[in-house]
Amino acid sequence: MKNSSIILIISLSCLVFNVEAQKMPDAHVIIDKVDANMVSKTSIVKSRMIIQGRRKSRVVVSKGYTEGNNKSFTEYLAPAREKGTKMLKLEDKLWIYSPSTDRTIQLSGHMLRQSVMGSDLSYEDMMEDRQLIDMYDAKVAGEETIEDRQTWILELNAKVDDVSYAKRKMWIDQKRFVPLKEDLFAKSGELLKRTRMSDFEKIDGRWYPKKVNYKDMLKLGKGTDFIIIEIEFDPEIPAYIFSKASLKK
Amino acid sequence: MKLAFQLAYKNLVGAGLRTWLNVGVLAFSFIIIIFYNGLIDGWNEQAKHDSIAWEYGNGQLLHADYDPFDPFTILDGHGVLENELSKNLAPILLRQASIYPEGRMFSVALKGIDVNQTTLKLPTASLKNSNAKIPAMMGINMADAANLKKGDEVLLRWRDQGGTFDAAKITVVDIFETNVPTVDMGQVWIPIRKMWEMTGLENHTTFYVANENFQPSNISGWKYQSQETLLSDLNEIIAMKKISGSIMYLLLLAIALLAIFDTQVLSVFRRQKEIGTYISLGMTRAQVVGLFTVEGSMYSIFAMILGSIVGIPLFAYLAKIGIGMPAASRDMGVPLAERIFPVFGIQLIVGTILLVVIASTIVSFLPARKIAKMNPVLALKGKLQ
Repeated sequence: MKNSSIILIISLSCLVFNVEAQKMPDAHVIIDKVDANMVSKTSIVKSRMIIQGRRKSRVVVSKGYTEGNNKSFTEYLAPAREKGTKMLKLEDKLWIYSPSTDRTIQLSGHMLRQSVMGSDLSYEDMMEDRQLIDMYDAKVAGEETIEDRQTWILELNAKVDDVSYAKRKMWIDQKRFVPLKEDLFAKSGELLKRTRMSDFEKIDGRWYPKKVNYKDMLKLGKGTDFIIIEIEFDPEIPAYIFSKASLKK
Repeated sequence: MKLAFQLAYKNLVGAGLRTWLNVGVLAFSFIIIIFYNGLIDGWNEQAKHDSIAWEYGNGQLLHADYDPFDPFTILDGHGVLENELSKNLAPILLRQASIYPEGRMFSVALKGIDVNQTTLKLPTASLKNSNAKIPAMMGINMADAANLKKGDEVLLRWRDQGGTFDAAKITVVDIFETNVPTVDMGQVWIPIRKMWEMTGLENHTTFYVANENFQPSNISGWKYQSQETLLSDLNEIIAMKKISGSIMYLLLLAIALLAIFDTQVLSVFRRQKEIGTYISLGMTRAQVVGLFTVEGSMYSIFAMILGSIVGIPLFAYLAKIGIGMPAASRDMGVPLAERIFPVFGIQLIVGTILLVVIASTIVSFLPARKIAKMNPVLALKGKLQ
């Protein structure tokens, strides 16, 4: 009698866990859906980056052209000091053209770890072009409501050695399949950076955040806001844009 | 010649204020030259001594891919040296990291050092004796800049060998005072074993510091830099300082010499009757030129006597108490102590005496040459020539 009770309890527990597990979708499926929503073949974005310092803020306006994950070209339009500065990323190489010196330099090694225009973003953060799935083991860790939106919590643990962040946590909108928040952790578990997406708009049939806040969690301050002024998905971008010659044009 | 000195002495003393003004300016130049060079020599001695004690040891063995002047080489400029070859060498592993005191980010050079080393004056025993999870020490300037004090904990962020970020709190167990900014500013020192554990770079070293028993030899993948090579930059800076400083005191010396020159020109012009008399009494022209030259160079003898009366007690006092250096000048990136004790070596003093005496003799001789061309009859009559 006692044994049959135990078996019954174990069976019921398994059933409950199984039902819970069935409710949680596969993390890879969620990531694929997020990619389908967020990633386009090509895009042209005009944006405003607000770098919030301790005493004052700086606003940098830029226009960026992107093709897939490997090619991007950015031209800074304002302020006057940065106007004309251009940045080209091809695969794992990054070049910066400075109009004041009329020189193009290739950033490598330690320079990639420097902050972009004094923001909370490093060049290296922009350089990562591998798929999350290739770098991390992903699982759905739970659900949470953020700003009245029901989200899946995705936990990604590094499966390769050469990633910047050992662990990531993403909050994905269950309906729109867009990330609302992302936390990046050190190996020790210390929270290093937080990204918050907001001001979602449906553009060309896809939900897209028009404001992203990047915050270095170890520093005081409000972080860096990246605000999209205009965005075009899948436009035709001439091939010469992604060439070194376009830096000096 | 004795007569020349006697006459020169009498003439100079007789000239009164004019002589003492010339002597005063020359003595001042004399004191300034010795003081400035003594200060630079004192700095040189102190900077070399401190650089050897705190940073260079008896030379350094650097990984072939590491260039201390190129921060991009830090990432890959490290390797493992066999135990046999690393005798008499203190290992240091260098990585770039950031600390976050009070929410501010500070980029630092994170240096792992053998806690048992005795080659450098760095107080590594504090790291050894600490029970903190990650004990760290830093120089007083770094601690001031980051507003940290002994016992404080601060978050350190670094990358492991694969480039993955890691972060943990370090405990400041010691703050040392040093005059060598290159082991102080922007540097955090932790035990090398801890650093190997943190970065996964087990047994890796960026460079070694040699002690006096180390015998340099060709080691594949590593390059040896002798103490002289390491000190060459410092020597160049000091040589440059000496040259730039010499412009100032040579200008001062030139003014003093110009005054002697003018006095000599005036003497030759005004004392024509005297010159004529000397020649009529049987002195050769060369002897009269010699007399005037001795008179001119005697200014430098007087200047030395006056300079010694003022300078010796002053220099003795300064050599004892030193000269305070303003805090701002210590941020120049070169070893500079809070107080510099000037070194007044015999070479410096003899060299300066020779410089002043020879220079004043030359400027005294130049106007006196005119005497050789004088007509003694006209000179005796006092007619202008």
